[in-house]
Amino acid sequence: MRKELEKYFRTEKLPHIWCPGCGHGILTGAVVRAIDNLKLDQGKICIVSGIGCSSRAPGYLNFNTLHTTHGRALAFATGIKLAKPELKVIVLTGDGDCAAIGGNHFIHACRRNIDITTVVFNNNIYGMTSGQYSPMTPQGAFATTAPYGNIDRSFDLCKLAQSAGATYVARGTVYHIPQLIKLIEKALLHKGFSLIDAISICPTYFGRKNKMSSPVRMMEFIKDACIPAKNAEKLTKEELAGKIVIGEFYEEFAPEYTEEYAKVIEKAREGK
Amino acid sequence: MMAEKTFSIHVNDRACKRCGICIAFCPKKVFSSENGKPVVTNLEACIKCKLCELRCPDYAIVVGGEENE
Repeated sequence: MRKELEKYFRTEKLPHIWCPGCGHGILTGAVVRAIDNLKLDQGKICIVSGIGCSSRAPGYLNFNTLHTTHGRALAFATGIKLAKPELKVIVLTGDGDCAAIGGNHFIHACRRNIDITTVVFNNNIYGMTSGQYSPMTPQGAFATTAPYGNIDRSFDLCKLAQSAGATYVARGTVYHIPQLIKLIEKALLHKGFSLIDAISICPTYFGRKNKMSSPVRMMEFIKDACIPAKNAEKLTKEELAGKIVIGEFYEEFAPEYTEEYAKVIEKAREGK
Repeated sequence: MMAEKTFSIHVNDRACKRCGICIAFCPKKVFSSENGKPVVTNLEACIKCKLCELRCPDYAIVVGGEENE
């Protein structure tokens, strides 16, 4: 590991538990590099996770960290941010954690526009529990619980977040890593709820079930499937089928929740 | 006279899990595989894009001199 990044890791806990070629290691590295590029105050950052492979990430990171219950990372993070608005709160969650059991917390955190940066480690599957399909498993893909192919349609997390009220929304991937680092940096600087849908790879479960059991094959798949948001605008729905659109989707400046809450406290103290 | 800074690519064998991502996606084919292990065999071709370092899931690669390790 590069010397200047060591301070951000609990190096005694490495090597991490993730499988060979797991995209989550790449994503964790991207989050750390974004923080390092911005020279944020390490002691003023709190990283929160839920349950799942993704949620092991804060265990390796040398910040204020909290490993919470399944799907509830955003609920805990909301509490932290309200109690200590001066903290930069980052949620690292998975596609199952965020979009399934945590789906309601997710849309309401978006709606409130609370200043939290959420990075979804989206590997399209429940990896930790051996490959059940998640709300992000593409229709037609295979999973341990979808041996004949998944009939559910997957969420578009970015569209979901935007329509729920998130004020910064972007998608990046483990393949397009310099771009992803820039997107995370922008999300961290954004005041309000920011979502990064970070496309990860799970060669062990998603890959093995979908004829892409090597990490290299999965990375090639992402490389070929991705299309920049600007180019996607010109394409029809049919042409976009099976494509992963990446880049920035939405940015808006709207009142932030903890600031609005502080105003309520002030009003109440004045007795108005 | 200052000694010229040495440029090298360091792979930490203990951290490397042999996923092969660095070998496959180096734009200049700097690495070769030795039973899955990445070995730097074409250092002169390296353009220091650091994609191998950024894409390594195990933080096992450092592109640069000894001062970075």
